[in-house]
Amino acid sequence: MSWILPLPVAIPLLAAAVVVATDHVLPRRVEDLVAIGAAATTCALGVVLMLRSERGDVIHWFGGWHPRGGVALGIDFVADPLAAAMTALVGGLVLVALVYSWTYLEEAARLFDTLMLVCCGAMCGFALSGDLFNMFVWLELMGVAAYALTGFEVKDLGPLQGAVNFAIVNGIGGYFVVIGIALAYARTGALNLAQIGHTLAGGGSSGLVVVAMTFVVCGFLCKAAVVPFHLWLADAYAVAPSPVCAVFAGVMTDIGLLGVARVYWTVFDGSFAADRAAVGDVLVSLGVATALLGGAMAFLQRHLKRMLAYSVVCHVGIMLAGIGLLSAKGLAGAADVLLAHGLLVAGLFLTTGILIALLRSVDELHLHGRARGRPWLAALWFAAAVGLAGPPYVGLYVGHAVIDEAASSAGRAWLPPLLWLAGALASASLLRAGARIFLGLGTDRDRLLAHEMKERPPARGTRLAVLVPVTALVVVFGLVVSVVPGLPQRTEAAAERFGDRAAYASFVLHGSPAVHGPRLPFAVEPASLESILYGVGATVLALALAAWGLYRPELGGSRLLLAPARVLKAVHSGVIGDYVMWLTVGTALVGGIWAVTLR
Amino acid sequence: MSYLPYAVAAWICVVGLYGIVTSRNLIHLAVCLTVTQSSTYVLLLSVGYVHGGGPPIFKGVKLGTTSVDPVVQALSLTDIVVSVTVLALILALALDVHRQAGTVDPDEIAAMHG
Repeated sequence: MSWILPLPVAIPLLAAAVVVATDHVLPRRVEDLVAIGAAATTCALGVVLMLRSERGDVIHWFGGWHPRGGVALGIDFVADPLAAAMTALVGGLVLVALVYSWTYLEEAARLFDTLMLVCCGAMCGFALSGDLFNMFVWLELMGVAAYALTGFEVKDLGPLQGAVNFAIVNGIGGYFVVIGIALAYARTGALNLAQIGHTLAGGGSSGLVVVAMTFVVCGFLCKAAVVPFHLWLADAYAVAPSPVCAVFAGVMTDIGLLGVARVYWTVFDGSFAADRAAVGDVLVSLGVATALLGGAMAFLQRHLKRMLAYSVVCHVGIMLAGIGLLSAKGLAGAADVLLAHGLLVAGLFLTTGILIALLRSVDELHLHGRARGRPWLAALWFAAAVGLAGPPYVGLYVGHAVIDEAASSAGRAWLPPLLWLAGALASASLLRAGARIFLGLGTDRDRLLAHEMKERPPARGTRLAVLVPVTALVVVFGLVVSVVPGLPQRTEAAAERFGDRAAYASFVLHGSPAVHGPRLPFAVEPASLESILYGVGATVLALALAAWGLYRPELGGSRLLLAPARVLKAVHSGVIGDYVMWLTVGTALVGGIWAVTLR
Repeated sequence: MSYLPYAVAAWICVVGLYGIVTSRNLIHLAVCLTVTQSSTYVLLLSVGYVHGGGPPIFKGVKLGTTSVDPVVQALSLTDIVVSVTVLALILALALDVHRQAGTVDPDEIAAMHG
């Protein structure tokens, strides 16, 4: 079974090579088919691995370099259910994006398929890797493909600037990861995650380990766009082609969080198990700040893709807060949010792509009432936006509910209301935009919202018959995540195993058989009354805020809001120097707090 | 064990970051990025340095001869390869930025794009 493990990485990368090599030889449509086939295979392999790893992790040692006497010599891939599910989601979303761009990017260079496949393979490699340095290499490979995809429209300044900011911030994040790896290697002489964790667990914590953790975690948080490392994200996601954004927002941002969870649970938990609360405090605070700031910024946008980008920041914060609880339940909740959010936000980006193709604009005010005769698009947009708020048993609800439970059992009952509020803010901005565009409500003037440049629309001749069903499929999948029978139980069991450092180390280093979980039922668990109330409350709040956003210019009282809004916009300046300064300050702050509390 | 190499690595890293923060030119900025990055080489190599160790080439060398750590050298090489790709891409983007905007000053570009 272990021979399957390298395939989700090898197949997309090989297909990418084939597509480049046969450039000018094969017709474009054949190349597209190769790419689509590779993405579909990756998705299918991810599902197979997920089902198989439920009965115990799967490991593959490259070149047959098995560990000798409990010392890892080679490089390994390990599939646990969460990593395998991530692989399946990556494959699925890349598949959707490739099918969508079949007609969307009419004159797209063949390199588009290649870059998407490289990005896909690198994300799968990152999710499956059991080696810290290899995680860095996959991170950078995914980054390089992503920078190129962002700047795909080289004829416009916006995409170029977005790509440059994206590349520089994430490049520095990557170097921070290397510094952390070097320090961890200096202490342990190992690069295998299980090996480093095992060695650290015997040695207790020290200043060096704290610094190593700071650098690795902050490096990954740059990719995940957590405050204050998030500034690049809106610049990049606002300008990348819509199908690319669907993949970036759906999985690539969140994969940084997977990296944080992975290195914490396999490597650093051994050192800091006694001080888990101190580690978690920082992560939860960052998560809450990210969620609230992302929600607020989304509300201030009129450029639809920029608004969606900030809603991604908001939900990344919610997931990080779940992970930061450092319990199996919190991690499971974050994973449920990740799945639902990835699908819904991908659906929203794809819907925006259709809007651009039809109406040649992404400006909420400019589009006011211009999509009135498009009931299907309106239905998709509103369904996905409501799903992001998470009314009971729809969309993000189940993930939120599990995080609520984890938070109250960790004695942080103040956390759930803040997370629901942030989610409601992000949803409200999307609902407001939807009401303006599809229903023609409200006014078409609002000084509060940021002014934006126009976006170059795709070539004419896009086929709605392909685009709409593809988008609908993604949105429907995202909406039903909360009622998939047995899903929360399975994520929780998987998260339990993900967080068991000792079992992971003995499985990787000594080949001891993986623990078999009990057979889980296929049932929809009844949720607590509390989270049902929160879910209803968040949805109502989102609708109310959306309505307020629509009619606020007429109600007056804007002056109070203009000043704080201007401050927020000034911070998100688009100047790369500012971004790097925030990045440095943020890293120093995280490290400083940990240096004081982890002693 | 000397702390000097670690101090040098930290200095290079901070100097590079300072350069990026204050840069008014994308090409200069890309070079500063490389400076930051070279701190990781210094760090990696000083982690693997063994006092009195020879190069990690074991052909025709007596068993048990001290050598420096070959792993960090492999890591540095990989690091260089990966980062050259990023650098090349940023420089290519900077060229296109100049073609479109007629400037490579990040402040002016941000002001133009809004």
